[in-house]
Amino acid sequence: MEAPILSIENLTVAYRLQGKWLEAVREVSLCVSAAQTYGIVGESGSGKSTLVQAVMGYLSGNGAVRSGAIRFEGEDWLHTPRRRREQLWGARLSMVPQDPLSALNPALTVGEQIAELVQRHTEDTHNAAYGRAIEMLRRVKLPDPEGAARRYPHQISGGQQQRALIAMALASPDLRLLVLDEPTTSLDVTTEAAILDLFAELQDDHRAATLFVTHNLGVVARMCQRVAVLYAGEVMEDAPTETLYHKALHPYTRLLLRAVPRIGDHSTLQAIPGRIPSLRKRPSACVFAPRCPVAIDLCHAQKPPLERAKDGHLVRCHRWHEIAEGSLRVEEAPSVAKRREIQSTEVTFFDQLFSAEQNGAQATIMRAEHLRVQYGVRGLLGRLLGKKLPFRAVDDVSMRVPRGKTLGLVGESGSGKTTFARSLIGLIEIESGEAHLLEMPLRGTPRQRTKATLKAMQMIFQHPEESLNPNRTVGQALSRPLMTLSGMARPEAERAAADLLRAVSLPADYLGRFPRELSGGEKQRVAIARAFAAQPALILCDEPVSSLDVSVQASILNLLAQLQAQHEVAYLFISHDLAVVGYLADYIAVIYRGQLVERGKAESFFTPPHHPYTEALLASIPLPDPQAKQRRIRLPDDQPTGGVPSGCRFHPRCPRYLGEICQRQAPPWHTDEQGRHYRCHIPPHELTVLQTEDGA
Amino acid sequence: MSATSDPSKTDTGTMPTIRPLRLGALRRRGRLLRRLWSDAPISVIGGVGVLLFLLLALIGPYLTPYNPIANNFAERSETPSLAHPFGTDNFGRDILSRIIYGGRNIFALTGSATLIAVGLGLVIGLYVGYLGGWIDQIVMRLIDALLALPALLLTLLLLGALGNSRFTVLVAIVILYVPIVTRVVRSVVLDIKTKAYIEAAEIGGESRFHILFREMLPAVLPTLAVEGALRFSYAIFLVASLGFLGLGVTRPEPDWGLMVSEARDWYALSPHMMFFPAAAIVTLVVCVNLMADGLRRLLEYSEVD
Repeated sequence: MEAPILSIENLTVAYRLQGKWLEAVREVSLCVSAAQTYGIVGESGSGKSTLVQAVMGYLSGNGAVRSGAIRFEGEDWLHTPRRRREQLWGARLSMVPQDPLSALNPALTVGEQIAELVQRHTEDTHNAAYGRAIEMLRRVKLPDPEGAARRYPHQISGGQQQRALIAMALASPDLRLLVLDEPTTSLDVTTEAAILDLFAELQDDHRAATLFVTHNLGVVARMCQRVAVLYAGEVMEDAPTETLYHKALHPYTRLLLRAVPRIGDHSTLQAIPGRIPSLRKRPSACVFAPRCPVAIDLCHAQKPPLERAKDGHLVRCHRWHEIAEGSLRVEEAPSVAKRREIQSTEVTFFDQLFSAEQNGAQATIMRAEHLRVQYGVRGLLGRLLGKKLPFRAVDDVSMRVPRGKTLGLVGESGSGKTTFARSLIGLIEIESGEAHLLEMPLRGTPRQRTKATLKAMQMIFQHPEESLNPNRTVGQALSRPLMTLSGMARPEAERAAADLLRAVSLPADYLGRFPRELSGGEKQRVAIARAFAAQPALILCDEPVSSLDVSVQASILNLLAQLQAQHEVAYLFISHDLAVVGYLADYIAVIYRGQLVERGKAESFFTPPHHPYTEALLASIPLPDPQAKQRRIRLPDDQPTGGVPSGCRFHPRCPRYLGEICQRQAPPWHTDEQGRHYRCHIPPHELTVLQTEDGA
Repeated sequence: MSATSDPSKTDTGTMPTIRPLRLGALRRRGRLLRRLWSDAPISVIGGVGVLLFLLLALIGPYLTPYNPIANNFAERSETPSLAHPFGTDNFGRDILSRIIYGGRNIFALTGSATLIAVGLGLVIGLYVGYLGGWIDQIVMRLIDALLALPALLLTLLLLGALGNSRFTVLVAIVILYVPIVTRVVRSVVLDIKTKAYIEAAEIGGESRFHILFREMLPAVLPTLAVEGALRFSYAIFLVASLGFLGLGVTRPEPDWGLMVSEARDWYALSPHMMFFPAAAIVTLVVCVNLMADGLRRLLEYSEVD
């Protein structure tokens, strides 16, 4: 075997905080060779970003490598002088960062930025470098590379920005090491799939070693040949991808894999209790022992070594032998989740679920009819001061939410899913159409609504960091809605607040804490408790788990399911993640550019026929299984500018584009035998045939 | 990577307490002050200086044996001595006593004017920023118009219209500073009003008063404190300038600006008559500015935490 491009030996990186060294990465060793993609998986706080910064030589001022070595093509990278590093950065090693917009210079055109980099490492004239930039943009498959080169970063879409950054990272012909730091995390799933394909394809060309850092187990399974699992700064397990996903030996890896929702799998997710220890409180023995269900005394007393289990399979656990033999079970026995059988009466009811016609079903708690929401509408004064075209984010959406059930609303960013929810609760004005909650009209701002209306509908927000006031304690946050909406007196409300905390599995002494003392998952629990404080009939969940780590996400999803079973509350669950929605929802609706394109019952949702957009979504989800077979459907990048497409809104990106009819005529709703509804010009039987035929 | 605070530290007992633990807050404040002392000791010194001036204005009159306005022609224009540490002026009045009493006046005038301006600006800024819409547009355009007027010109106009009195100066300062404070408060409000916790309060049926003064005010306070300190220092400056022009003061009331102005005639013979009141103005303004800088740093620390 040839010498590795990058070798990290026993690396320990620490930060100096208030006079103390805190180790963020401990004794990490790994080697990446040419044309290999090495995955680093870890949750937040696992030290993966620190590792990337150490490898790139970008550590912040208070961070330092305390011991160990990094060798880049055999060279001692840690002691390479700054000048030499500057020659190598961008030429022999480069990086694609997470957030494309903040990594691009907003004051330079895309072409100029790439040309600047090319010129730095070659003798090229400006014109030659610019030509090379355009050639690179073509290689990363940007449509109209000349045009894109002339644009500024904000004028192209997120996916295109990421393509431009990849072009920049690959601009050098001598590239030996490519570091990808969560390169697709901020992208939509259809865009992500296309970008991942691009990485794989380009690697066949440049044959550089690739270090792929991510939290997404699905992305790793698709992209990497070998994976290291990082937890609290230490490598827990390091193995070839196949082995890791099917024969994991470390309890953490096994639990992590049981915490990811998978499409078509309804067994209960298993959350990992507790949280990653903070830098100050890293256990000196096994770092995972405090959260490990099979930890024994030895695990709390002594640090396990990173042992070679089999050829190329490293694991850091005292009990891996037992796990390998199968005599020790880490996971709970899989149990099938709460999904109840839907009775036939419910099916007929479901048929009416989304239709705008009246039906007397008492089981409907919320119905929205032909709802439209517009942004950028200005009053007289606003029109005098400036002009901006209004944009209709939700266009003619009708749906019903039944009592005690979950309706999952799936869409990518900009689809209008959040706007729809916000208009229901009064945070955005409804332009036209009607919505009723328990026969009470939903109209006007929250201030204009009655207490009863407010009480009946609550919301859980996406970012736990923003959903609690940093200046108010958990107790204050919980007792207010009890007092205002449920009309309790203060002492009664404070007692009830403690009960609420218990209901979301948090101890009562959290009442006196401020949000900054809570972890992200704990904050989201408090936000859930606050939503339940009013005892609502409907809770709008706006991506409540998308900013959480996988292991925490599972516990929040389970909590939501459990609370629903106890309180018969309905959820409108909004998410971009079909797997998450599939886990929790009874009914699923897919929204694209402000209009519903498909709706159906959750259990039959994942079989054809699908709207072509849903089909593409399903084909794009990175599955956490390296052997998974998936159809390959890739959509062209969405254009950020331009109005709403005529006819079918999906036609410019549709892989099943029929012809002129799609451009001219809005498609009708079709219904298949299973009671699924979708909006396309292709009739159900044809679509079923099409979608089962080329599926392997 | 910021280390999260130790959750076990705040476990004080079994009784759930909803109100914030004051002790913990105090300890936190002490830690922040120590950090400020090591980062920028001069701003701590500035703060201490302001406190000393304030103390002198409060208890000074009880310490000095001299009447600040009584003439004493036996001791005219004396240079500093043990009996008169800052010397006497051309009427034989003790300059230290006059500075102490003048300081009292200046604190009373600028202090109350700043407080009123900050209070009004806070309320207007909170309401206007939160309500938005046409009210916001109208108020902000009015404020733009007020800000376009030069400060001294507006004051002189008011003094002409309302009469040459301390009250007029107070009104002028309030009119000058309310727009500025309003703008600062409004900018903070615009930033936090889109946060989910404010929306959560709205859909929780909270009153506007609760949202503005319980949910938003704590976030506005740090910025407001910095802005208030800066306004205070500018107000001192303005009052001293007006006093120098003989405006807003009635002789023989001691006033720092007026003292400097009067001492000009005796500059060659008795420079100390000019030096001490001028030094008082400069020292106080510099101290207040340093304090404002310290407040700004403290604000940054708590944001980083």
